Amino acid sequence: MKHSISLGLLLAILWWCLSGYPKPLLLGLGAASVVFTLWFAHRLDVVDHESHPVHISGALLAYWGRLTVEILRSSAQVIGTILSPKPAIAPYFLRVKVGQPSDLGKVILGNSITLTPGTVTVLVNGDELLVHALSPVSGEGVSQGDLDRLIPADCERQA
Amino acid sequence: MMLADVISAGLLGVGAAMLVIGSLGINRFPHFYSRLHAAGVVDTIASGLFLAGLAVHFGPGLVTIKLLLIFIFLLFTSPTACHALARAAYSSGLREPESEDER
Repeated sequence: MKHSISLGLLLAILWWCLSGYPKPLLLGLGAASVVFTLWFAHRLDVVDHESHPVHISGALLAYWGRLTVEILRSSAQVIGTILSPKPAIAPYFLRVKVGQPSDLGKVILGNSITLTPGTVTVLVNGDELLVHALSPVSGEGVSQGDLDRLIPADCERQA
Repeated sequence: MMLADVISAGLLGVGAAMLVIGSLGINRFPHFYSRLHAAGVVDTIASGLFLAGLAVHFGPGLVTIKLLLIFIFLLFTSPTACHALARAAYSSGLREPESEDER
């Protein structure tokens, strides 16, 4: 129920942001769309702690801040490599153990690694990630689990 | 108003430069996986800078909220596409040619 209310509110806000016209017809259509989407999501049975993690939203914002810093730093690195006269690249695959017990945590970590230039998540196998790195400089952070430690710890808590 | 224009133009200019650098990287780097990393710069940094520049141009309002939404959606979709490419390549047996596999 908590997730449905939150999803409904989110959808209503989204509709308002995308339309912005306070006309009765459009507001009515918006309300109908929200109700229909809620019903549809319930029928698909996708409204749960995983698709809609209300309990970690705040902590996730802080994580995105840290991730942005990480992305900017490794971007500078990759850009430097691209522009150098003789690009010093030594691409390799590395396997790394994941500290995240939950599927959601693993998805967040895998996505973050791919989002950071210089590293791409190739496979997820149980609690092991196969990551491709452009050079040992890029791969270092991943093999030390830097991002892994930053992910909000209560990801795995079932709401 | 002038200051906002300058900041917006600056962000768009740097974003365009990132696009060029990313494309340059795709051409300069050898092999599939390295090129994927160069494309990642374009994905994250260039699109972020472009959207930020446009947001500064339009100022606070509904348009900026829409630009922010586009950015958030990109944060989820672009790594997914990148991962799908890498996974497809790996599954069909593509490995790093020169360096020893899986250190």
